[in-house]
Amino acid sequence: MDLQLTILKTVDKYNEVDNTLECPELKSFDINSLHSNLTSLWSKELINFEKIETEHWELLPEAKDFLKNGSHEIRFLEEVIKSIDGLKLSDVNKLGPVGKLGQGKAFKNGWISKNDDKLISKVDKVPEDSVVKYLKEIEETGKLSDKKELTELKKRKLIQLNKIVGYKITKTDKFQVEIVNLETDITSDMIINNEWSDKKFKPYNFNSEGVYPSSGSLHPLNKVREEFRQIFFSMGFTEMPSNQYVDTGFWNFDTLYVPQQHPARDLQDTFYLKDPVRGDEPEDKEYMKNVQQVHQEGKYGSIGYRYPWKLEESLRMVLRTHTTAISASMLKQLADDPKPCRLFSIDRVFRNEAVDATHLAEFHQVEGVMAGYDITLGDLIGFMEDFFGKMGVNGLRFKAAYNPYTEPSMEIFAYHKTLKKWVEIGNSGMFRPEMLESMGLPKNLRVLGWGLSLERPTMIKYNVSNIRELLGHKVSLDFIETNPAARLDELLV
Amino acid sequence: MSPAFLTEQKFSNPTMPTIAVDKEDLYKSLGKSYTTEEFDELCFEFGIELDEDTTEECQGDERPQLKIEIPANRYDMLCFEGIAQALNQFLGRAENPNFKLTAPTTKLTIEKSTEQIRPYAASAILRNIKFDQRSYDSFITLQDKLHTNLCRNRTLVAIGTHDLDTIEGPFTYEALKPEDIKFAPLNQTKVMNGNEIMEFYEKDKHLSRYLHIIKDSPVYPVILDKNRTVCSLPPIINSNHSKISLDTKNVFIDVTGTDKTKTEIVIQTLVAMFSHHCGEKFEIEPVEIISNHNGESRLCPNIEPRKSLAEIDYINSCLALDLSGDEIAKLLKKMELDAKVSEDPKKLEVSIPITRSDILHQCDIMEDAAIAYGFNNIEKTKPKGESLVASALPINKIADIFRLASSQAGYSEIMALTLCSHDENFKFLRQIDDNKTAVKLENPKTFEYQVVRTTLLPGLLKTIRENRKHSLPIKVFECGDIVLKKDSVERKAINQRNWGAIIAGKTSGFEYIQGLLGKLMQTLRASWIDSSKPNTQRGFWIEEDNENATYFPGRGAKVFFRSVEGGEAVAIGSIGVLHPEVMKSFEIPYAASYVEINIEIFL
Repeated sequence: MDLQLTILKTVDKYNEVDNTLECPELKSFDINSLHSNLTSLWSKELINFEKIETEHWELLPEAKDFLKNGSHEIRFLEEVIKSIDGLKLSDVNKLGPVGKLGQGKAFKNGWISKNDDKLISKVDKVPEDSVVKYLKEIEETGKLSDKKELTELKKRKLIQLNKIVGYKITKTDKFQVEIVNLETDITSDMIINNEWSDKKFKPYNFNSEGVYPSSGSLHPLNKVREEFRQIFFSMGFTEMPSNQYVDTGFWNFDTLYVPQQHPARDLQDTFYLKDPVRGDEPEDKEYMKNVQQVHQEGKYGSIGYRYPWKLEESLRMVLRTHTTAISASMLKQLADDPKPCRLFSIDRVFRNEAVDATHLAEFHQVEGVMAGYDITLGDLIGFMEDFFGKMGVNGLRFKAAYNPYTEPSMEIFAYHKTLKKWVEIGNSGMFRPEMLESMGLPKNLRVLGWGLSLERPTMIKYNVSNIRELLGHKVSLDFIETNPAARLDELLV
Repeated sequence: MSPAFLTEQKFSNPTMPTIAVDKEDLYKSLGKSYTTEEFDELCFEFGIELDEDTTEECQGDERPQLKIEIPANRYDMLCFEGIAQALNQFLGRAENPNFKLTAPTTKLTIEKSTEQIRPYAASAILRNIKFDQRSYDSFITLQDKLHTNLCRNRTLVAIGTHDLDTIEGPFTYEALKPEDIKFAPLNQTKVMNGNEIMEFYEKDKHLSRYLHIIKDSPVYPVILDKNRTVCSLPPIINSNHSKISLDTKNVFIDVTGTDKTKTEIVIQTLVAMFSHHCGEKFEIEPVEIISNHNGESRLCPNIEPRKSLAEIDYINSCLALDLSGDEIAKLLKKMELDAKVSEDPKKLEVSIPITRSDILHQCDIMEDAAIAYGFNNIEKTKPKGESLVASALPINKIADIFRLASSQAGYSEIMALTLCSHDENFKFLRQIDDNKTAVKLENPKTFEYQVVRTTLLPGLLKTIRENRKHSLPIKVFECGDIVLKKDSVERKAINQRNWGAIIAGKTSGFEYIQGLLGKLMQTLRASWIDSSKPNTQRGFWIEEDNENATYFPGRGAKVFFRSVEGGEAVAIGSIGVLHPEVMKSFEIPYAASYVEINIEIFL
C-alpha cells in the first residue's frame, strides 16, 4: 500500500511518469512488485500504465577490471614503455592476459613494433585509454553512441545486452492521491444498507461468454413439428387422432384405392405383422363391400381395377405406411355428418426400406386434408401458396404425378435460389371420387390432401446431413442441447 | 438443401420406372432439337421427369440417352415408341394411331388344366416387322419393364415372343407335369425337362427369382405349337427353337397370367407399341383364342377404344374453368383421348385408346384436361371461407405439458425409434415376453426392427450409450407412443402415450428422478401423498415393487395416482434404480434411475 501511495504521489508530482526507470522515486523498486501495484491502481481506475522495454548494456567482469586497472592494451603498452630496451618476446607470456590479449591490440593500434626478439614502443607517451572511456559511458548510461565501438566491445565479451522493463504511468480522469478499494460485485448487503452509492466498482470485461445456465432442451424435430402445427392451427385445421401405428391393409391401402398387387404392398416396402397377424373387418360392412366392388368390378363411375379382391389380404396387419390411413378413417367418419372440414396430422409412418443417410424405416409425415363442397383444383393450388407462404416459400409450380388415391395428383415445386433449380417440396391432390363416394360422402363434397416429410425441412434447417443423427438414438445430446429455435419463416428457398 | 428436398421419402411409393431413350431419335421424332432446359420444361408440363441427359458422359460412338421417369400407371410409356407418341400428341404433332386388325390365321387353345397354375392367356401376331438394333432393343426393354412393373415380376403376367416362321399354329396353352415338358431353353442347346430346367436356373442371377412362381406346382404352364414343339414355359423362359432375332419378320406373342385384366393390358400395350414397326403400320393380326371351359374365347387382342362418358360440368367445376365441351375435347386430344359432345349435351363421349389403361373414372379424364390446360395456368383461388375452428389433439396437449415441464426441469428431449429388437424390449430389460403385449414384425430387414416398443426405456438407454462421453449426469426424457396388443379392437393394437425420464451418472440419482416425477405431477395438479397415512385426496405416491426385474431389488416401485377425491387409485407406471445387468446389456458404464408413466390418464 505504501508503494501504491508512492506511485500516486510521484505521478501527481510529475503529472505523468514517462519511464519508471528514469524516475528517481520509482526506479529502485522491484519490477514485479511495481507491476502488481500498478495493476491494482489501474483496476481502481486511478491510472493507466504501459510497459516500456529499454535496451541496457551491462559491463561484464573483465570490463569492470578495465575500469579499475585500465585496458589490456594500455597496460601492455605501459609494460613495453617501462622496459627501456624493449620487451622481450619471451617475457610477454609472463604478463598473463595483459600480455596475451594486450599485445595484439597494441600492435593493431600501431603503438608497438617488433625489433628482433623485442617489442618496442612507437609512441612517446601512453595515449588515452579509449576502451575504458567507452566502458565508463556504458556503465553510466547503459548505451554507447558509437555503434562500431559497441560492436567491438560486445565482440571482446566486455559487455552484454539486457532488456529492462519500466512503465509509463499516466493519470485517468478519476486520478487522485488517495486509494479507494474497488468492489467486484453489487451485493444484497450493499443494497439493503445503501452502501452501493459510496462504493467504486471494478470495471467488467465484457468480451467474455458468461456462464451458461444448466438447462433442458426440446428436440429440433419436435420444434419444427410445432411450427407446422401452428401454421395448421392458424388456418383452421384440427389435429387428427393419428396415434394408431398399427392398421389393417384395409385402412392403409384398400380404402385408398391402392390395389392389392400394388408394389407398395410388397414385403419389400411395407412392414407386416406376425403378431397380431389379422385384424377385424371394419364395423361398416356395407362400406367394406363398396371398397371391394370399387377394386373388383368398379362402382361410382369407376371401371375398377378388375381383379379378385381378397378379404384375407385386406385384413393383414401392417405398420401404417402413411398417415393417410388415419385420414381415410376420419373421412369415413365425416360421412356420418358430411360437412366441410380441415384436418391435419404430423406423426410417424413406417417403411421397410434399407436405411441410409436419407432413409429411415420410420419417419414423420406432415399431412393436411381439406373437405369442401365443390372445392376446386384452383383452390388447392391457391391454398398451397398460402400454406407454403407461411414458411416463406413462394412462387410454387405444380407438376402432374401419379398417386393411386388422388386424381389429379400434383408434385409441388419451389425454386431454390442457391441451387438455381426447381426442387420438389411436397405432394398434393384431390382424393378420388370412388374412394369418397364408397364412404358415403356426397358427390360434390370434394377433398384435397397434401403431404411432406417432417425430417427434410428439419435437416435443412439444422444442417443435418444424416437422418440417423436426427431421429433415433444416434442423435448427439450436445446437438439437442445447443440447437436454435425453429423458425420456418427464415428457412427454405 | 439437397435437390431431393422435402420428399426424399415418397408417400405414395409409386416406384416410378425410368426409361432410357435415344436422344437423337426422340428429338427427330419430336421434330425439334431441344436444349436440355427446353426438354425438361416439356417433361414438367406433361408430368414426366427428365432424370438424366447422358450426353456429357458418352464415350466414343456411344449414343446420348435421355433417362425419363414416367408415372407408374402409364404402361404405354415404358418404351421409346410410347414416349414419342405421347409427347407428339401433347405437342399437337400427332393423332391417335388407327389400329387395324387383319383376318386371323391361327388359334390358341387354352386347356382347362391351366386353371391349376396360370389360367389366362392372350396372343397376337405382328407381321413384316423391320427391326433395327435400336427398335429391337426397345422391344426387349419394353418386355422387361412390363415384367417388373405391371406384371409384378412375372407373378401376374409373363410375356413370350417368338419367331413365327419357326413354329406353326394352331397353338395350345396347357399345364403339364414338369417331367413331360422337354425343350432346350433360350440360348441353350441341351434339351431339359421341367424339373431339370428349374434346377438349371436355380443359380441364374436373373431367372432364379421367378422360379418360385411355379416351382412347387404339380403342373407347369406351357405354350405348344401344332407339332407340340414347346414355345415357352411361362413365366420362366422361352424355347431356343423359336427365339427372335434382329432378322425376325413375323412375331408371335404369347401372354399368360393369373390376372385377367393385366394379361389384357399387356397384350394391348405390346401390339400398340410395336405395330409401329409392322410392314403395314399399326396393322395387327389377331389370334383366335379358344377357351371354352371358362367362357374366355375371343379374338385377341381387342383394339377397340373404350367409350366412356364424362360430365362437362364436373370437369369445369373441379378445375374452376368454364370451357365448352368442344374446348375440353380439344384439350383431351393432346392427351390421346378422342372426345366429342355426346347426345346428352352435358356430357362428353370419350374414346379411350388401348394405350390408356390408366383411365378408370371421369376424374382421370378431368386430370388429363387439367394437364393439357396446364396446372400452372389454372387460376389460383382461395377455398371458400368456411369458419372452421382449429383444435389440437387432447393427448398432444398433455404430452406438450410433460415435454415443456421436463425441459424446464433440466432434462433434454430425445426422439427414439419406436421399432427395436426383441432383446432390447425384453431380455436386456430383464423382462419375459408373455406374448400378450408387444406387436411383432413379420418381415424386418434387420434385427433392429423386430418389435414395436412397449416401453420408452430402450430408446433412452441406447441414446445414453451413444452419448457416453457427454458430461455427467446425463438427463434425458421422451414423450412418445408405445404400442400394445389389444384383441378387442378392430386394429388389434393401440398406441399409448408414455413419458419416460432417466438420469445416468456416477451415482444412481434416484432422489432426482423421484423429484422430477414430483415436479411434473405438481404441474398436473397431483401432489405427493404420504402413503403411510390414510388419505383419499387427488395425488400420487409410490410403493415398493419387487416384481419388476428391470430395477435393482428393493429399489423399484410402482407409481400410483388417484384422479379425484375418494376415487380409486391406479398404477400408472414405475420408478426405480435400473438393475446393473440392464446397464451392462446396453453397454452403459454408469448407474441410472428411471421413471416411466402412462400420461393418457391425465386426459
